[in-house]
Amino acid sequence: MDFTLTAEEWTAVELSLRVATVASVASLVPGIAIAYLLARCRFPGLSILNGLVHLPLVMPPVVTGYLLLMGFGRRGLFGAFLAEHFGLVFSFRWTGAALASAIMAFPLMVRAIRLSVEAVDRRLEAAAGTLGAPPLAVFLTVTLPLIAPGILAGLILAFAKAMGEFGATITFVSNIPGETQTLPSAIYALLQVPGGEWPAFRLVLVSIVLSMAALVASEWMARRINVRMGD
Amino acid sequence: MPLKVDIAARFGDFQLTAAFESGGGLTALFGPSGSGKTSIMDLVGGVRRPAKGRITLGDTVLVDTARGIFLAPHRRRIGWVFQEGRLFPHLTGRQNLTYGQWFTPRHERHESFDRVVDLLGLAHLLDRRPAGFSGGERSRVGIGRALLASPRLLLMDEPLAALDDVRKSEILPYVERLRDEMGVEILYVTHSISEVVRLAGRVVLLSHGRVAASGPTADVLASLDLATALGEGEAGAVVDAHVEAHDPAFGLTRLAARAGTIHIGALELAIGTHVRLRIRARDVLVATERPNSVSALNVFAGRILKLAPTSAASVDLAIDCNGDILLASVTRRSAHDLALEPGRPVYAIVKSVSFDRLGVGTSPNGR
Repeated sequence: MDFTLTAEEWTAVELSLRVATVASVASLVPGIAIAYLLARCRFPGLSILNGLVHLPLVMPPVVTGYLLLMGFGRRGLFGAFLAEHFGLVFSFRWTGAALASAIMAFPLMVRAIRLSVEAVDRRLEAAAGTLGAPPLAVFLTVTLPLIAPGILAGLILAFAKAMGEFGATITFVSNIPGETQTLPSAIYALLQVPGGEWPAFRLVLVSIVLSMAALVASEWMARRINVRMGD
Repeated sequence: MPLKVDIAARFGDFQLTAAFESGGGLTALFGPSGSGKTSIMDLVGGVRRPAKGRITLGDTVLVDTARGIFLAPHRRRIGWVFQEGRLFPHLTGRQNLTYGQWFTPRHERHESFDRVVDLLGLAHLLDRRPAGFSGGERSRVGIGRALLASPRLLLMDEPLAALDDVRKSEILPYVERLRDEMGVEILYVTHSISEVVRLAGRVVLLSHGRVAASGPTADVLASLDLATALGEGEAGAVVDAHVEAHDPAFGLTRLAARAGTIHIGALELAIGTHVRLRIRARDVLVATERPNSVSALNVFAGRILKLAPTSAASVDLAIDCNGDILLASVTRRSAHDLALEPGRPVYAIVKSVSFDRLGVGTSPNGR
């Protein structure tokens, strides 16, 4: 039994980490903004926005992948525009894998942050206002620190989801070793060839270890935040 | 910096019409719950808007509906002290205290951190987080935080209501020092008459969304018509006195008032300290001759000023005891049997144990 990963398998691990990190970190600011909007603001179209955000959670991932291909492919509406003006190409690139997993993970992140925004005692924000803090300062100095545990939970959840994303990714950017072949795609590819079970098992182990590490890290950080707040 | 309020507002079914002025020092907004006290705070603080009217603080117009002026709450420089403290849980005591300073222009910061920490006794709380504070400590940090934003007016919304009597008597001296040493104008919401007596120079009495009376505390509380607004038996007189002597053998303190000597359970105050106390109408007995052997220690000679019926069975008397006006609540039957009428000399008798001890405090500088 050989536990050493081949160079190609290492590439898949490294790519998965990169895709999941970029996907979760890049979703952070829009995630906080939309969670805040959904929790606090009442406007026409609120339920439509809510539906759009949650759609990837309930649609078959292959449908999300197909829509991404239509929208962000080379000749897609946004894809052509972004490629021409910003040189940003998604189709069959690792960036596309990051986009697909970000979209799939977004509802989970928004949900976690939104719950923590709803739990904030708004009287504390009002108190900050009476001390002369303008609304933006109230958000930065009171709301944001108070929802930090929710943001952290959302971040970890999104990271884990992005690590495991398969359906939308493979539909949108295919399964190109070294470019778009993430851990799940690599495991899937290995299982398609005779004798691939053992290498696939090694990657499964890596996958489990990474997920556990993310969970432990989030527990640890959450405890640190709670200690700070004195709970 | 006097506050002038003249507004009309409607919140759901509740109609509020109020016009009053604060007069420097501490002004109490007093009345039962639902009388509009907190609504007035919200209007002054800018949490709500009046339908009509004007609120000014010194030269600054906070609200003027006729001219379409409404100053945003965070620009009003009005400090709030909340009942529950509302400290920021993620900040230390020190960070809570200095929070408002970040948003106060440097030249308008007139409170010094060290002075406030010293005044309120906060030194041991600076590096801790609010989760570990007691109720009284939370209140004090809340007061300090509001004060350090250098407000032009301090709103205190029942700051003691969440505390038990022991904690209350722990905080009250700090509020007195705030009033006397900091020179900050304070608007103080309370439904406790003891707090009004102890703290307020002026009082605005609210009832069903209207100002029932407003003026210097002693005048407002001594008026007989208020018996109904305060609830039966809650009316009472406010008497200013000073500590004359302590009687440790019997655990008593002797106070000198114009009405005469008042005996009260021992107070921890220096001789000569001015105090103010409230004598409830229902705690005062009336006799037409000087009683010889009664247990009550306080007997004041006086003359009946007027009578006001408060219910089918009872009557409130105002008795002038050498310049101090005492109120007494007696049955109509007694009033009839003793032929109590204006001008008649009588004796007012008060048991020492019946003084409202929470209401005994150093007097607000003769205001």
